[in-house]
Amino acid sequence: MRSDRANNEQIGGPSGTELAKRQVLHRGNGAEPQSLDPHKSEGVPEAHLQRDLYQGLTNDSPDGGIEPGAASSWTVSDDGLVYVFHMRDNARWSNGDPVTAHDFVYGLRRSVDPATLSNYSIMLRPILNAEAIIAGEMPPEALGVRAIDDLTLEIRLNGPTPYFLGVLTHSASYPVHRPTVERYGDRWARPGRLVSNGAYRLRDWVMQSHIVLERNPYYWDNENTTIDEVWYYPIENQSTELQRYRAGALDMTYDLPFRQLSWIRSNLADELVISEYLGVYYYGLNVTRPPFKDNIPLRHALYLAIDREILTRQVTTAGEIPAYGYVPGAANYEQVVPEWAEWTQEERVAEARRLYEAAGYSRDNPLQLQILYNTHENHRTIAVAISSMWQETLGIETELVNEEWKVYLETRRSKQDTQVFRAGWIGDYNDAYNFLEILHSDSGLNDSGWDNENYDQLLEASSQENDLARRARIMRQAEGVLLEEMPVIPVYFYVTKRLVKPWVGNYRPHIQDSIYTKDLEILKH
Amino acid sequence: MLRYSLSRFLGAIPTLFILIAIAFFMIRAAPGGPFDAEKALPPEIEANLRAAYHLDEPLYQQFGRYVLNLARGDFGPSFQYKDYTVTELIAAGFPVSLKLGGSAMLLALLVGVSAGTVAALRQNSRTDHAVMAVSMTGISIPNFVMAPLLILFFAVYLGWLPAGGIGDGSLR
Repeated sequence: MRSDRANNEQIGGPSGTELAKRQVLHRGNGAEPQSLDPHKSEGVPEAHLQRDLYQGLTNDSPDGGIEPGAASSWTVSDDGLVYVFHMRDNARWSNGDPVTAHDFVYGLRRSVDPATLSNYSIMLRPILNAEAIIAGEMPPEALGVRAIDDLTLEIRLNGPTPYFLGVLTHSASYPVHRPTVERYGDRWARPGRLVSNGAYRLRDWVMQSHIVLERNPYYWDNENTTIDEVWYYPIENQSTELQRYRAGALDMTYDLPFRQLSWIRSNLADELVISEYLGVYYYGLNVTRPPFKDNIPLRHALYLAIDREILTRQVTTAGEIPAYGYVPGAANYEQVVPEWAEWTQEERVAEARRLYEAAGYSRDNPLQLQILYNTHENHRTIAVAISSMWQETLGIETELVNEEWKVYLETRRSKQDTQVFRAGWIGDYNDAYNFLEILHSDSGLNDSGWDNENYDQLLEASSQENDLARRARIMRQAEGVLLEEMPVIPVYFYVTKRLVKPWVGNYRPHIQDSIYTKDLEILKH
Repeated sequence: MLRYSLSRFLGAIPTLFILIAIAFFMIRAAPGGPFDAEKALPPEIEANLRAAYHLDEPLYQQFGRYVLNLARGDFGPSFQYKDYTVTELIAAGFPVSLKLGGSAMLLALLVGVSAGTVAALRQNSRTDHAVMAVSMTGISIPNFVMAPLLILFFAVYLGWLPAGGIGDGSLR
């Protein structure tokens, strides 16, 4: 495999339309970022900022694929175990220092070093010895990464990992500037200190107000970068964000208020951008306890009794996609569409009733269920809708229980009191495996307690398979097993929804919402 | 007078201490931990994090450390914003709150006191009724209804004021 420089394709820069004089972009950005240290953050707001500040070896391309980032090209050995990256000789840090293969060796080692206290280093697990280093069993120097020379980097993996280039777009793999980190320790990621290798550098950070990034004049592709300044505003309340957008203080929102979508549709339709997002919203079932333990018909009955068309059209309303299978539309993976997806809702309900009765319940002897969700208006609305669908079609009596996020996570994880719990997963990288591995019996995220040997074996086989088509076939088979036993009930696939002013040029929605400011431009308005 | 003030001041110390103790132990008794996340941390990293924040020590030791640091004005590192200490966060936020609260108070005093005086001087006049009507509306409509309406009017329709945020803090 070899990738060519994507430079001949004009990304960013003049697109043929007249540009505004002032190239300043104002973006709403959800919550205040926890840190700008790429190895210490996990949230989506941080990811947006860091995508502008830093550059990994690869970048996400607008079509959902991978394009060169800090590396201009790479080769992969036939067995898929050794990657050799060729770095750009004109890449510079924001203070003018050259970006070399040594910087990536330092960054990757720092990321997996348990002393760094990274909470996402587990992303780098495919790299040789990473897991042992994270567990403190080996020194960081044992990581399968080395600089062959200043501009050549070699990474060795545990097994063929077809999604590995996608992992390298994640902040856990970003390089950090060694002299800065060594000089300032934990306090380096601040204005006046932070040195970064992306298209932008940090100019100002006022807590709970704004973060300003300015053009990095040393960035290797600075010539093709149009926007000079980006202002990121932490605005957690979506109605407030909408008002600031309408008042002209924001060019792009982070999200939109659920309840005002119909107003937005009739008043700002041209600025509303809704696009597919790599995530699934589902209801997990605790299969280690009654009533779901060893009761597959009951799980199916609950699955079938949800009218996803009504739920997405009348409750969530942003254009979410009804999920009959579990894995969203990921790269190199044909979605599994179970036969129930083709049925009418009447047929589904009839089958649900039959299975419900087969499981030993009836109108006179109804099932009593608890649905657990983390405190949030949207989750409550959805839980109310689903419980009323279950009530209406099957006569199930449900009780809704809400808990604060961290308490809810603990309850879910303990698998003691939960019956049905609301859950969702947004892909860390664009690959079906990231969704399927959640339900592996060893996974720390498997809060349903499902333990299926066949499923585990299929997943393990898929991670040893280097051929993309064969690998996808194995993963589809695993998803088939999952849907047959149904430890989780898929509800819908997420969408991103935001307002974008008409003068933000070159805006292209991305399946993981990877929007790089360097690719955008402000048109004359 | 001095003796009285001094005794009131010293008397506040036990109260403060009890409040600090209650806050400290209640947060530890509550379910959920500071490092809980959807993706569970590898045990080694969680152990390191606990050690870095001294959460691996016995509770009485943690409490002792916390109180001693507080006495020196050190509120410890922020669990949430990892690049900053709590003291730094308060130092950054407090002046802004002070400025905002102060100017709101000033505006309320200026407008409120003068309107009230005028209303009192011309009791039962139209002006009095108008002032009373405005203030009663202000009291009876909750802030969370009034505020978005004012923002809609002044920021979105008229565009006179920003819809939110402090910007660079100047009166633009």
